[in-house]
Amino acid sequence: MIANLAGVLFDGIACGALLFLVSVGLSVTLGLMNFVNLAHGAFAMLGGYVCVVSMTQLGVPFLAALPVAFVVTAVAGVALERTLYRRLYGASHLDQVLFSIGLVFMAIAAATWLWGPNQQPVQLPGFLQGQVNFAGVDLGIYRLFLIAVVVVITVALQWLIEATRFGAQLRASVDNAQASAGLGIHVDRIFALTFALGSGLAGLGGALGIDVLGLDPGFPLKTMVYFLLVVAVGGAGSLRGPLVAALVLGVFDVAGKYYLPEVGAFVIYALMIVLLVAFPAGLFGARR
Amino acid sequence: MKWNPLVAGAALVLSTFAVHAQDALKIAVIAPFSGPFADYGRQIEGGMRAWLQQHGDVIAGRKVVLVSKDTTGPAPEVAKRLAQEAVVRDKVDFLAGFGLTPEALAVAPVATQAKKPMIVMNAASSIVTAKSPYIARVSMTLPQVSAPMGTWAAKNGIRRVFTLVADYAPGHDSEAAFKTTFTAGGGQVIEAVRTPLKNPEFSPFVQRIKDAKPDAVFVFLPAGEQGIAFMKSFQERGLAKAGIRVIATGDLTDDHVLPAMGDAAVGMITTFHYSAAHDSPENRAFLDAYRKATGDQGQPNFMAVGGWDGMAAIAEVVKRLGGQVDGDRAMTVLKGLKLASPRGAITIDPETRDVVQTVYVRRVEKVGGQYRNVEFDRFPDQRDPGR
Repeated sequence: MIANLAGVLFDGIACGALLFLVSVGLSVTLGLMNFVNLAHGAFAMLGGYVCVVSMTQLGVPFLAALPVAFVVTAVAGVALERTLYRRLYGASHLDQVLFSIGLVFMAIAAATWLWGPNQQPVQLPGFLQGQVNFAGVDLGIYRLFLIAVVVVITVALQWLIEATRFGAQLRASVDNAQASAGLGIHVDRIFALTFALGSGLAGLGGALGIDVLGLDPGFPLKTMVYFLLVVAVGGAGSLRGPLVAALVLGVFDVAGKYYLPEVGAFVIYALMIVLLVAFPAGLFGARR
Repeated sequence: MKWNPLVAGAALVLSTFAVHAQDALKIAVIAPFSGPFADYGRQIEGGMRAWLQQHGDVIAGRKVVLVSKDTTGPAPEVAKRLAQEAVVRDKVDFLAGFGLTPEALAVAPVATQAKKPMIVMNAASSIVTAKSPYIARVSMTLPQVSAPMGTWAAKNGIRRVFTLVADYAPGHDSEAAFKTTFTAGGGQVIEAVRTPLKNPEFSPFVQRIKDAKPDAVFVFLPAGEQGIAFMKSFQERGLAKAGIRVIATGDLTDDHVLPAMGDAAVGMITTFHYSAAHDSPENRAFLDAYRKATGDQGQPNFMAVGGWDGMAAIAEVVKRLGGQVDGDRAMTVLKGLKLASPRGAITIDPETRDVVQTVYVRRVEKVGGQYRNVEFDRFPDQRDPGR
């Protein structure tokens, strides 16, 4: 059993990487903009469909389909932000929840109408399939790829938010919109861009996740539990929180299913309860 | 204008007579048409419409009307409410459909109370027909298709098996039926795992199978996305290369999802009652009619066959009763009824009102660029071994 530990650990980290990828966009909209966007999964689903459609119907290779998914979802995000979301920035969280859950149901109906209720076939390119053997442990190539993407995204986001002018303006706008506007920051434009970023990341996460999670119109509801879990346990408003939470949950989920298959599926929920009791504001606390 | 009372009276009599003669034969189709199991409803209803397309939609002078009711997924309480609505408001003659066991179980008391014949076209737990004397099943039961797999595996040199089933009633039925016949044939079940119904990812379970090094893994998962997800992990982790075979009920290589599985499925052995590749005039007529009735909805699978045969059974009942449907008399017709189904001949057992049929052993092969479940062995006259 111990011999398998390295393999389980690797799979757990890869599972965590995937959880992080589908949740990081929500961490941006919820954490930075303080908007409870339950329709996050709908954006992820859009990214997934864009990826599948560009691959199967337009013949775009998988790696090129990923940025397409990001851009299309980001544009859709801005369009919705300009027309709908911005009206609810000042609204109560309950209003935001009701609004975005309504959006989820509309997205599910639209996806069923456009693409039918079935699973979409996802075919990864050959070089991302299979496993490589490293020091006696079989590592899935696609899982290694997911981990690499997480590293890149984390570094890029960290840099964007902490070290660029845009990041500084964003943090200022979130902390005090009125004062920031008074200093000449285009708060409106900053929020629209940030929302686009969050939606785009959701779309990218969806496109990367469909090989493992599958893609059908029920996607936003099926993944909702996971991304809420990650953001709640990690604490909204930082990148570090969701990252650590996703990795911890991923490792425990895989280990639970491997070593205790009878109860494995409940392990992450039990862990969530324990962690939330110990850290009510999330592992790294909320910004406010 | 003044009405002549005599003319008015005659008109009234005439109109009621006319209405009576054309009284529609209403059939409630209760199944999920949206949500994760949306395909079940579409397949079942498609099969029924295909039958009507082929044989005409007027039976014993009554025009058939399908009243489709969407349960939205595994939702027993919704199914029950819809059945009550169908009986009380729509005044249907038959309750039909039933993709999922929990929904069939929830509707059973409604059928008993209203004395409406209830035709189960998919739901496959053993217990379903025992829940009401008005239930007849034309589809299959999971023990019925799982038990032959155990016998076949034991006879064909498979000794150590790991079983993986979905953690709900049909899964437990399937696991038990396989184990009984497999151990009776000298095989050994080294480990049994049950996975949650809403399980998006199988890799930890699949890794555990790989490390246990069995000769084969026996799988039952509800037809659809779960099977695809399982095969993905199975392929990614190279279990086939490690010499582990997949044996399963035909749910895993369901004709409808087989194209989405691709080459990973080739060579898999399954036992089931229907394959779209079954060679018979009845099956060719069925495939043809299904395509005409549903357009581009894709391959029909065993659920569409359930819809087709259920519709055939209903038509037979209505014909023999001369259009006057009554619950108790309908059940007498259904008991012992024989049908020439696209899958081969089937009988409704007069005792249990459950289907008796041939179960085929099939291998997935690529025939003319298409993936097919090719039948190569058979177990005739299989009853549900659960009873």
